[in-house]
Amino acid sequence: MSSTLDVSSRERQHDEAPRRGGPDAPRTKRKSGRLAPYLFLAPWFAGLLFITAGPIAASAYLSFTDYSLIGSPEWIGLDNFQRMFNDPRFYQSLKVTFIYVAVSVPLQLAFALFLAMILDRGLKGLALYRSVYYLPSLLGGSVAIAILWRQIFGSDGLLNQVLRFVGFENPPGWVSNPDYALGTLIVLNVWTFGAPMVIFLAGLRQIPTMYYEAASLDGAGKARQFFQVTLPLLSPIIFFNLVLQTINAFQTFTQAFIVSGGTGGPADSTLFYTLYLYQRGFGNFDMGYASALAWFLLLIVGGLTAINFIASKYWVFYGD
Amino acid sequence: MATDLTVAPPVAATEKLPDRPKKQRPRWLAHTVLILGALLMLYPLLWMLSSSFKFTEDIFSQTGLVPERVTGSNYPDGWTALPRDFGHYIWNSLVIVVGSIIGNLLACSLAAYAFARLDFKFKKFWFAVMLGTMMLPIHVVIVPQYVLFSELDWINTYWPLIVPKLLATDGFFIFLMVQFIRGIPTELDEAARIDGCGHFAIFWRIVIPLSVPALATTAIFTFIWTWNDFFSQLIFLTDPDMYTVPVALRTFVDATSQTPWGPVFAMSIVALAPVFGFFLAGQRYLVRGIATTGLK
Repeated sequence: MSSTLDVSSRERQHDEAPRRGGPDAPRTKRKSGRLAPYLFLAPWFAGLLFITAGPIAASAYLSFTDYSLIGSPEWIGLDNFQRMFNDPRFYQSLKVTFIYVAVSVPLQLAFALFLAMILDRGLKGLALYRSVYYLPSLLGGSVAIAILWRQIFGSDGLLNQVLRFVGFENPPGWVSNPDYALGTLIVLNVWTFGAPMVIFLAGLRQIPTMYYEAASLDGAGKARQFFQVTLPLLSPIIFFNLVLQTINAFQTFTQAFIVSGGTGGPADSTLFYTLYLYQRGFGNFDMGYASALAWFLLLIVGGLTAINFIASKYWVFYGD
Repeated sequence: MATDLTVAPPVAATEKLPDRPKKQRPRWLAHTVLILGALLMLYPLLWMLSSSFKFTEDIFSQTGLVPERVTGSNYPDGWTALPRDFGHYIWNSLVIVVGSIIGNLLACSLAAYAFARLDFKFKKFWFAVMLGTMMLPIHVVIVPQYVLFSELDWINTYWPLIVPKLLATDGFFIFLMVQFIRGIPTELDEAARIDGCGHFAIFWRIVIPLSVPALATTAIFTFIWTWNDFFSQLIFLTDPDMYTVPVALRTFVDATSQTPWGPVFAMSIVALAPVFGFFLAGQRYLVRGIATTGLK
């Protein structure tokens, strides 16, 4: 929905463009007018140079060097990348991150859509439900919640007390077991489905009810209406959520860091890519290698976003 | 927003009247599912709140929400458990949060005005660059940023966390405000221009006062994100005196010794309370913010 807003207002901009430089504008003003955009954008340009784009270029350079903050970077060509592709922990971190993204994002979106559809039926108390379901999204990334997760899924934690109470005698220590530790973090991400749910709700509201009425007149049942009306008309929003949540999930750090005590353990089962990057860069001060990892992350996130956009041509329906 | 759903158009209402009784049952079902779901979602939070009033040894044996034995000592114990009292870490967090809010409000609205209202060369290109930075993971730029800030001797100061906000690096907020400013009628600008206002006067006297909802959304999200932020604070603040709330909280569970869960939960509640407060106070702005930009 944001994209449609975007287009209409951009067009409006074009309409007024000639007016601004019109003959009634005095000369001196026009000159200051030419400079004005750059004054307004000065902080942003400085940020681009020093905080975002500049550092991207700098990390490209650093990725070809050996640099530990002491002394100056030493050029070593492709060594960092060679090392990376022979590094089992690099592959492990990729595997962990991809499993996490591939499992938690679809689950999160499915929950979000399911609840948005229940809420969209004009129930009383919509605002209250929406708030309650949205709350975990705001808290989920915090250290406090990660600490809570560590307790809940600990060997004597809340979950296991409940399991023992209902009769399981030897439930596993979820966060200390390599088979389950990643699963607890996936649950944590799914728990924060409220943000995409709110976006789905806004999208569902824009589907005119007459489409459903027409469909039911034609004899389409609820399931048919969902697949033939809701899904196609909602597909731009689904796509938007998919891109956003994928990018978010790739950047998960805090939860894994706290739950594993900074190690990515047990047995590297929660070694997220960002956590590995942190360990190399700020644990070992291996800045060159960390930069190579950072660049590879940029390629992955950029590549996945591109794939999402290309694939979207086949399933996203933008009306006529 | 909630009202447009409940107010049905009169035509549809008369038509729908006959099948009202039929629809009643699924509504109860929906409410039941929603209430159970909400309880499940909130249970961990409520349990943590109740556990912050339990003795540590009870936390591991009581799954219920009502403590069997109540203690108030977790809060003072947690407050003083770390080298500095917890208020010190709250103060550090607040300095960074306030600096970040001021930075984002000023710098992002300036940039947004230029993108929404002014014409300049390669505007589309720069706008695309700005949208691109929204998707940029901070992990990609953290190493060179660290090198830069350590050259400036800014490690263990607030600057690495505040200066980027003063330089409008949060593209989300620029985008949010561009969308908002585009909705303000340009006739107002024209009128002001005829009255002799320059761009800065138009920005300051017309656009800013009319953008209060977008500014409020920005301030609330900046508060919550900065307050919760861990990664950059962990990297740039290594001196225990400079620790913020999240970094200090982490030292509780970092130690190899037994975690004192009662005090830890108490301080976790202290850490979450401001976020919860802002959530209650600013829900309207939050929901609008997510719906237009997809913020989390």
